[in-house]
Amino acid sequence: MIKRIKVGMASCGIAAGASEVKKFLQQNIDDENIEIIEVGCIGHCYAEPLVEVETEKTSIFFDQVEPTEEYLEKILSVDKNSAMTFRDERVSREKLKVTRLAGRIDPVSFDEYIEHGGYQSLEKARKMQPEEIIKEVKTSGLRGRGGGGFPTGLKWSFLAAKEAEKKILICNADEGDPGAFMDRSMMESVPHQVLEGMLIAALATGATELFIYARAEYPLAVKNINKAIDQIYEHKVNVFDDRVIDITVKEGAGAFVCGEETAMIHSLEGNRGNPRFRPPYPTDEGYKGYPTLINNVESFSNVPIVIKEGGKKYAELGTENSKGTKLFALAGDLKYAGLVEVPMGLTIGEVVYDIGGAQRGEVKAVQIGGPSGGCIPAEHFDVPIDYDSLESLGAIMGSGGLIVIGSNRCMVETARYFLEFTTKESCGKCTFCRIGTKRMLETLEKITKGEGSMDDIEFLEDLGPKVIEASLCGLGQTAPNPVLSTLRYFKDEYLAHVKDKHCPALQCNDLVDIFLDQETCIECRQCIKNCPVDAISDDFVVDNDICTRCNTCVEVCPVDAISRVKRGEKNG
Amino acid sequence: MQLLEPLEKDRSNLIKAIQMVQAEKGFISTQAIKEISDHFGIPVVEVEGVLSFYAQFKRSKPGKYKIAVCDGTACHIKGSSRVKNWLVEELKIDDGETTEDGLFSMETVACLGCCSLAPVVSINGKVYGNLNRKKLLKIIKDYRNRGDN
Repeated sequence: MIKRIKVGMASCGIAAGASEVKKFLQQNIDDENIEIIEVGCIGHCYAEPLVEVETEKTSIFFDQVEPTEEYLEKILSVDKNSAMTFRDERVSREKLKVTRLAGRIDPVSFDEYIEHGGYQSLEKARKMQPEEIIKEVKTSGLRGRGGGGFPTGLKWSFLAAKEAEKKILICNADEGDPGAFMDRSMMESVPHQVLEGMLIAALATGATELFIYARAEYPLAVKNINKAIDQIYEHKVNVFDDRVIDITVKEGAGAFVCGEETAMIHSLEGNRGNPRFRPPYPTDEGYKGYPTLINNVESFSNVPIVIKEGGKKYAELGTENSKGTKLFALAGDLKYAGLVEVPMGLTIGEVVYDIGGAQRGEVKAVQIGGPSGGCIPAEHFDVPIDYDSLESLGAIMGSGGLIVIGSNRCMVETARYFLEFTTKESCGKCTFCRIGTKRMLETLEKITKGEGSMDDIEFLEDLGPKVIEASLCGLGQTAPNPVLSTLRYFKDEYLAHVKDKHCPALQCNDLVDIFLDQETCIECRQCIKNCPVDAISDDFVVDNDICTRCNTCVEVCPVDAISRVKRGEKNG
Repeated sequence: MQLLEPLEKDRSNLIKAIQMVQAEKGFISTQAIKEISDHFGIPVVEVEGVLSFYAQFKRSKPGKYKIAVCDGTACHIKGSSRVKNWLVEELKIDDGETTEDGLFSMETVACLGCCSLAPVVSINGKVYGNLNRKKLLKIIKDYRNRGDN
């Protein structure tokens, strides 16, 4: 007997076609006893759209479901042979704590969160003294998951110690790193867990006004968290003794720098999101002058677990200075992209090869920590994932973006990409960040065009540390990391661009020709038909002066007769 | 402006106000800036200063179908610059521009958070993933056939 059918409807599920699947199921199942509900994300994004069928006894998943009779049949007959298999390589390494309920429950059902033990930690915290709560968080060793890694309990104690008419607490949900979606997924899938963590923090610190600063690009996350807030007002979860704790969602407006504490406060106040000098730290002087504490979504999501287990038990998982688990948004050149939760101390290799299913030998590096982070080459994949080990390699834990870079990608181009991002996002306040990143970007552009010289490489090595030194906030202080870390590990690629005018990955368009091998060619004319600029002649020769290197012909050729080659090597 | 009436005249609501106007009109006109500044009782230049800081706000009218080309890390390494070029060729507009018929506008955005489906674009918020040229052009064609309706 089927009880419920759950359709994974987080952003990525919807993008993969989950809405159509849900609609199809609704239209074609007329059994009143079967409930069809929307759930969030279980993290196996490569398998979307995902449908879970729950019976009295068991529950099974179906992956890559299509809105067809065939799949309907499989679902209704609870066909175990067609069920999705969860790979042991992943299951045995993951440790689902923070994301335990993600994709398993209806994100906007208050009752279901309660049924699964929700708000029990808050109840427990109500019976504790504020100092006791903070002590547990300190003992747990929880560190900020937004990138900085500052001890969460210590931060809380700063705010708790403040005497003020009002104290403010902000949840940083401005997940701006391109390639990161942990916070989006948590807010979409288990919004109540984020709120529970925030309310526990409010109890511990005496904060009275709570804000969630969310990225405007995440409409579903904002919608779900707003629904959850309505529910806690309705059930009076946010009433402590007789005072009501107000929670408001504020949407950002698209500025990466607003992830920085002081910039975020300015933005909340209705100003331009420029950061300011610290001290005073926000816990001394923050939003509208009141003492303010800022933690990110994942940090808050850990709090109910810390309180439930107790700090000591929580600290059993992880390494000496990095406790608990970390969420990573795993994407790029690998087979199984998705959201993973692993214990601190797992090696990069285990995440990339075992969980991600990337092919050994076909991976050059991982980019960790987004535009503030760095690239770690494959030979260091045996390094454990914790705050200190990653930093010693020139990367950072960051918020959790983990992009696998295959051997066919150019590292100079990757560095250029990140720098282009930070150059655009620099708020312009500090000279070295505003102009320094721009000069570095121009230099990298020169190199990827094959116009660079050895002086340019020296210039990058010289200017990078200066930008770090002379910038006020995290954006400028980390902007050169992608360049410096690729210079550290992949200097040979820079040298190839500069000395040989060659892009070893054959990615930089200015250093590449398109070559059609007439011996392999079967004259099917697909390339000629599809070329958007008519660069291929009727006798199958590519005119590289016209060609824009759009790669369409390479993709459409059925016999792989067309390829990217070093500039001037074959056609010249 | 009537739209802003329910909004408390506290400065911290300024960004919210600009967002409300943009949601309603699709962009922020010079007239709207004036009305927002009246609502909060702050100079026009303050409103202009704040809205020009944030990438979300548009000063010109976008197309009926707003295409966002994701250039997040995952999409970038999976070829988002090619995706953008295909659109540039097809629609004859560049980043931030609107087609002459007012049907399409295009902009590059940092990350839509659907990295596992890279490369992706979104059109009026609906995300299309695992794109290649053929798939993308078909999607554009479908929207074009819908036309103004």
